[in-house]
Amino acid sequence: MTTTKEPRRIGGIGVSPGIAIGPAFVMRREVVAVTGITLTNAAEVAAEIGRFDEAVSQSVAEVEALIAGLTDAGNDEGLDILETQTEFLTDPQLRNDVVQRIEEQFRTAHDALVGVTDALVQLFLNMDDAYMRARHADVRDAGDRILRHLGGRAQQTRTYPEGCIIIADDLSPSDTIALDLTRVAGFATQMGGKTSHAAIVAKARGIPAVVGCGPLLDGIKEGEWLVLDGQAGELVLHPDDATTDSYREKQQHFAEEIAWLKSLRDVPAVTKDGCAVQLLANISEPADLDQAFENGGEGVGLLRTELLFLGRDSLPDEEEQFEFYQKIALKAGKRPVTIRTIDIGGDKEAPYLGLAKEENPFLGYRAIRICLDRTDIFNTQLRAILRASAFGNFKIMFPMIGSVQEIRAAKVVLQEVRRELAQEGVLFDAQMQTGIMIEIPAAAVIADLLAKEVDFFSIGTNDLIQYTLAVDRMNDQVAALYDGFHPAVLRLIVRVIEEAHRAGIHVGMCGELAGDPHATRLLLGMGLREFSMSAVSIPRIKQQVRETTLTEAQCIFEAAKGLDSADEIRAICKSVN
Amino acid sequence: MISKEYTILAPEGIHARPATALVRLVKKFKSGISLKKGEKMIQLNSMLNILALSTKGGDRVSVVIDGEDEDEAALALDVFFKDLIA
Repeated sequence: MTTTKEPRRIGGIGVSPGIAIGPAFVMRREVVAVTGITLTNAAEVAAEIGRFDEAVSQSVAEVEALIAGLTDAGNDEGLDILETQTEFLTDPQLRNDVVQRIEEQFRTAHDALVGVTDALVQLFLNMDDAYMRARHADVRDAGDRILRHLGGRAQQTRTYPEGCIIIADDLSPSDTIALDLTRVAGFATQMGGKTSHAAIVAKARGIPAVVGCGPLLDGIKEGEWLVLDGQAGELVLHPDDATTDSYREKQQHFAEEIAWLKSLRDVPAVTKDGCAVQLLANISEPADLDQAFENGGEGVGLLRTELLFLGRDSLPDEEEQFEFYQKIALKAGKRPVTIRTIDIGGDKEAPYLGLAKEENPFLGYRAIRICLDRTDIFNTQLRAILRASAFGNFKIMFPMIGSVQEIRAAKVVLQEVRRELAQEGVLFDAQMQTGIMIEIPAAAVIADLLAKEVDFFSIGTNDLIQYTLAVDRMNDQVAALYDGFHPAVLRLIVRVIEEAHRAGIHVGMCGELAGDPHATRLLLGMGLREFSMSAVSIPRIKQQVRETTLTEAQCIFEAAKGLDSADEIRAICKSVN
Repeated sequence: MISKEYTILAPEGIHARPATALVRLVKKFKSGISLKKGEKMIQLNSMLNILALSTKGGDRVSVVIDGEDEDEAALALDVFFKDLIA
């Protein structure tokens, strides 16, 4: 008798987005046991060493045959894995350890290899670094291959149905090569994390995958119908029709989105009449860089540093900050990264700073005002940023500047830190540009004076809008008054852009207005060429840029100048040609 | 004997792919070639040892080369590390 089974959800770590719907194909790794046999004489010892060497040569030959097969198909990533595996197979340290166990402990080649492999797997599993931890799979893989040859077994392959979802304990590097991944709809593994081999391959090939699902996967039988959501990190076993349908819709949507993103990622952000625009990402931590680049960001226009300071009991020391900035520098390489020094005030959770609760934190003791007062905090951050600047292409930016005196004071501290580091013989980028956020209306009004002090401006629209219009947008009763298209806000922005151009310094925008597709043409028309926004907004803004001309953008700006309300200006901005 | 110091600039350190290339390069020479990171010193002809050293971006390492073709090896390794840190 057959019963209709209830849908069941199994959670894991989504490592490669996308939806797969299909039958399960279950793969299990054979468990290898130790025989416990002890060798009795020198001849046996020599024979076992010989057998080990023979099994290694056969393994190498097998991998080389696989390499030859791959070279034809042009699978570079598989090639790398296999090339690496030949080095594991012939590793002198591996042979040393195995031979030592055979000679000194009178183990068989099989037992010696199992012991050595297990020890190495443990060694890698205990490493700090997630990537290195994941390398245990490569060691295990190489060990398994030699073991098979010691036992006189060649690699076995099973055929699996087209469009299946592979269910495995973990996928070894060899598994992922042996698998014809074009026939696989997705895979789920019990073990593994974001940097496991299965995860890397899945991501590289765009195959939906969920790893680290745990022992619940054991319950899945071959051929059972599954839905896999690689974004949410979830499997649905025995999905009912409604569930399947909703996932099919999601699948379709995802495919369209990927195609759209792909079509925009590598094309330049240039208007139809050839005006190039730089699109950058706003980020908070090193991990955000992946998404920034995937979405076509050319660099980072705003690295917020608050994350380093929040949700903890004490100030992060120079070393911790340095590592954070250095990670970003190394990851970004030559791409520009603008770092904003801390923008913390009484509204943020940093109890160790001893900041008093204020009536009006946004008009209070915050950001550069704290830094110029508590130079210990400021010094430490500047030292860490400067040290990390040697590894990348950094710019530094001070928030909440409202007067010429403040930026001068900040520059004095920065200069002092530079002198200190130079004296200590520490490397840093002596050319690192210095800039300020323009977010206080006063700064916008004296943009001409401030421009003489810095290399660049970055317009922070969120605060500029709330300060200019005296509106707290978190307050529902007045939030509707918060409007980036208000003529007063736009006039300030125009002023800042024009004064920057007049002084010959760079100007960018890193507030939400930069990521608002309705504002793109208007801002272009004003002369803005650098937009920084959350990574996900980049493709849409790029599309806006590519679909317009500078002439059109300038017309919109000219027209907007004559209008007296935010609504009318927005309407012009939304108009099509 | 030649000893040279480098800073690894690749953010992920020496990963499997460059390690493979490094081992293969090292095997071309007769000289004994080792890598020192802090107190730890390993022979560079072993993938396992290179990975076990768990080098990260920003680490200072020194390469120590000793043998008849050490000049040649030093030159080749210099090119390799310049590439890795570019």
